Amino acid sequence: MNNLDSSILSLVTFIPAVGALLLMLIPRRDRDIRIFALIISLLTFCLSLYLPAYFHRTQVGFHYEVNQQWVTSPNIHYHVGLDGISLWLVLLTTFLTPLCVLISWKSIHERVKEFFILLLVLETAMIGVFLALDLFLFYFFWESTLIPMALLIGVYGHGRKIYAAVKFFLFTMIASVFMLAALLWLYAKTGSFDFVTIQNAIHSGQVPGFAAAAPWLFLGFFVAFAVKVPLFPLHTWLPDAHVEAPTAGSVLLAGVMLKMGTYGMLRFNLGLFPEQSRANAPWIMILALIGIIYGALVAMVQPNMKKVIAYSSVSHLGFVVLGIFSFTQAGLDGAMFVMLAHGVATGGLFMLAGILYERKHTYEIKDMGGLATPMPTYATFFLVVVLASVGLPLLNGFVGEFLVLAGAFQDRPVYGILGATGVIWSACYLLWMYQRVFYGKVTHPENNSLPDLDAREQLALWPTVIAAGVMGVAPLLWLNIIDPAVATALVPFVQVASKVVGQ
Amino acid sequence: MSTPQIIPVSSDYIRILPEIVLSVFGMIIMLLDPLMDEESSQKTLSLIGLGGALAGLVATWFMGQDPGMAFWNMVRVDGFSVFFHFLILSIGAVVILTSYEYMAVQRIRAGEYYGLILFGMVGMCLMTSAVELVLIFIALEISSISTYILAGFRRRSATSSESSLKYFLLGSFATAFFLYGVAMMFGATGSTNIDVISAALRSNSIPVLAYVAMALMFVGLGFKIAAAPFHIWTPDVYEGAPAPIVGFMSTAPKAATFAVLLRLVFEANAPGRFWLIWVSAALSMTIGNLAALVQTNVKRLLAYSSIAHAGYMLVAFAAAPELGTSAVMFYAASYAAMNVGAFAVVSHLAGAGERHVTLEDYAGLGRRSPSLAAVLTIFLISLIGIPITGGFFAKFYVFSAALSANLVGLTLIGVINSAIGAYYYLKIIVVMYMRDAREEMSVPPVSWGVATALMMSLAATIYLGVLPQSVLGFAQRSAKVLVQQPDAPLTAGPAPAPAVHSTN
Repeated sequence: MNNLDSSILSLVTFIPAVGALLLMLIPRRDRDIRIFALIISLLTFCLSLYLPAYFHRTQVGFHYEVNQQWVTSPNIHYHVGLDGISLWLVLLTTFLTPLCVLISWKSIHERVKEFFILLLVLETAMIGVFLALDLFLFYFFWESTLIPMALLIGVYGHGRKIYAAVKFFLFTMIASVFMLAALLWLYAKTGSFDFVTIQNAIHSGQVPGFAAAAPWLFLGFFVAFAVKVPLFPLHTWLPDAHVEAPTAGSVLLAGVMLKMGTYGMLRFNLGLFPEQSRANAPWIMILALIGIIYGALVAMVQPNMKKVIAYSSVSHLGFVVLGIFSFTQAGLDGAMFVMLAHGVATGGLFMLAGILYERKHTYEIKDMGGLATPMPTYATFFLVVVLASVGLPLLNGFVGEFLVLAGAFQDRPVYGILGATGVIWSACYLLWMYQRVFYGKVTHPENNSLPDLDAREQLALWPTVIAAGVMGVAPLLWLNIIDPAVATALVPFVQVASKVVGQ
Repeated sequence: MSTPQIIPVSSDYIRILPEIVLSVFGMIIMLLDPLMDEESSQKTLSLIGLGGALAGLVATWFMGQDPGMAFWNMVRVDGFSVFFHFLILSIGAVVILTSYEYMAVQRIRAGEYYGLILFGMVGMCLMTSAVELVLIFIALEISSISTYILAGFRRRSATSSESSLKYFLLGSFATAFFLYGVAMMFGATGSTNIDVISAALRSNSIPVLAYVAMALMFVGLGFKIAAAPFHIWTPDVYEGAPAPIVGFMSTAPKAATFAVLLRLVFEANAPGRFWLIWVSAALSMTIGNLAALVQTNVKRLLAYSSIAHAGYMLVAFAAAPELGTSAVMFYAASYAAMNVGAFAVVSHLAGAGERHVTLEDYAGLGRRSPSLAAVLTIFLISLIGIPITGGFFAKFYVFSAALSANLVGLTLIGVINSAIGAYYYLKIIVVMYMRDAREEMSVPPVSWGVATALMMSLAATIYLGVLPQSVLGFAQRSAKVLVQQPDAPLTAGPAPAPAVHSTN
């Protein structure tokens, strides 16, 4: 089996894209197309299971690396590799995509073929983002996620979908231009796009003019990632995009694409610019805290279920940023875990909201009420996922938030204390929403006839619920792999810190 | 020029073989045209035109086998000129393929249309291999006069006549500037040969006259490439001219003029160019993109976009010679692929009398004709500069060339501009996919000519975006030869041969 080692990453990355190509050739029979897309996404998921199975925890650095020249001038390589940080994010992507196919089974009934082509292309691009170790390749995949997602929102969304799609596109596009400028600067000075090469060059001080440019380079990368996360006050595209996107779009947007931003911060901002990360950490953490509290407060007053979930993402991703810029082992472990937990739980929430939308064609909370009576199974699933998102112990939300807060507290107690209020807020808005939607009497008589979940919908939801449970009970399965990678990422910070202490 | 040779030898003719072939085919078209009725002339003449362009490509291959000087050092065949010959002829072939259907739909008698395209290409090709300013001027005029006429080819439309007249008046004015510049350069250096000028400018202190000459020549050439502030004619001319011709005008003469500019700036080492180019590049990018934001006519929108793209290309002229040259060459190739493709779609959709050229007419195209919409989307994505398309690498090479010359300011202006530019290209995509058509207009079926043209442009766009290496490598090798011309140009021997393996 181990001869797969050299090709497994390319297989996982490109099977969805090849699937998309094949889809183009399949005649327009919607059922065949759906089944084919499901098979492709499941195949990708099964192959991606190889990654943790043969992952050597003791081996430092990147696994399954492939490094081949792509373009000789400029010196661009197809360099992909996997470590404990990217491993689970890749798996999260391959895990959520089949669920997205399932959840879109009936809700997408027009231009079905194009929908699944876009979905599979998007999967390839997202996996590529997490695997690329060549900065150029990274940028390439990063930008490639834009078009499919913008089209998914703009074509298959509802309401003000065009506005949302264009806003999403422009925000991300303009922000990533700054990253491109920073990339080009690094290339001009080092002659390489290779992440590891550049990292070594920077750490050994071989990059001419780096000291003067570093603050700007840091910002160039940071802005691109902060928009994606989204960090307050750059979050305004997110509620629009989420509310108007089709369910699968929301799931992938919240579940995976937001993590591309935090992953980028962790990999590139911390990896390439440790000193600038240190220097900028205070205001970034304050923005993260504002995001946590502001996101929660705004979520509380939303009249629309999807908007509640969207703002909850702003709040939860604030935890991730808080954890990353605490530069503590616990904080970074927690940040990684929140990313995964949020991907599973929020993915689940969006799927549930989408299921309701298929029945009622609205997300307005005031049109619901007492839904637990006609839809008991649905209500149960919803409750489990809400509790996971709130951070109930033994479900996956708790572990990550706890670690992040522990890390933040180590860094500066007041951050920990302020962050901890976010946990309370999230309980408030999610449970309050749950209460208004499910409990009490059925306020709208037409809701009495709502059908409960069917087998396909349950099939899409079970994996998220199971994952939420297993991650909450046995987080070490994940953390064991995350931990050494995070420790490696933190090495320069320990050095920076000791330098500061030594002076 | 003191060369013993009085009569041209056969190798001289080989080195202008593509031009000869094109002229012969052009003349055949002119001779056949009066003998045919309208119905049969459409098909026959377009086929002869296509044959001419393809024969020109073959001739380019022969020419490339035998690099060197010809006609008393007036023509140089090197990798650089082979590259541009190939590019211009491919553009011509694709445009001719697009035109057949267009001419039939517009009910324009083909007549000298295809002949003019071929003659125009003669001029453009000659521009890229000429190293003698007077010859460059003549070639420029051959190319310009053909395009003046072609711009007015929709005879029944007033906008087309306006377009032609405007282009002609302003164009002749601009070429006069160029000629004036040539004269001054002769005064400053005592020669009109680029190699001699290069040597003169390198060895002595540079006379003030040379700066004036460069500025004047830049005015003339800046007009042809639609660089700001000499761009005013562009939107009106593009709006009125027949759509396939706009695709042609915005790529082929531009590529040829950029070739001339490259020879002037980097081979002749013209003085005082830095700020000239800096300002023009910054202005073109900014004016082009900002003005494009508010356009509702697709042809005008693409006109402003072409101004902006001229600006991006000019950025590379401010960079180091070798990197800059190869970046411009690559940009010219990928811009040609995507823009000719985009205009092929535009001319297909325009319909009789070019009535459907507003953004509104593109509404719901994603539903009415998924494949055309998808193809246009890819061209637009490439124009934005998003990966897996040629436009991305083109911008990338230009900006990285600029950055390695420490042109941070200009690069920033360019990068911000390409972000602004994304908006209006995106607007077209949005309209195509996310708006419903006001009235159900059926899209006419795509003829084989347009389909082939689209496939070729699409393949080139994607190829340049995925495997840019081969084209870039060729551009780099030719750029190296271009910027390292021998210091003793008076010896008549063949110039050092670039490694020309194949023409593509």
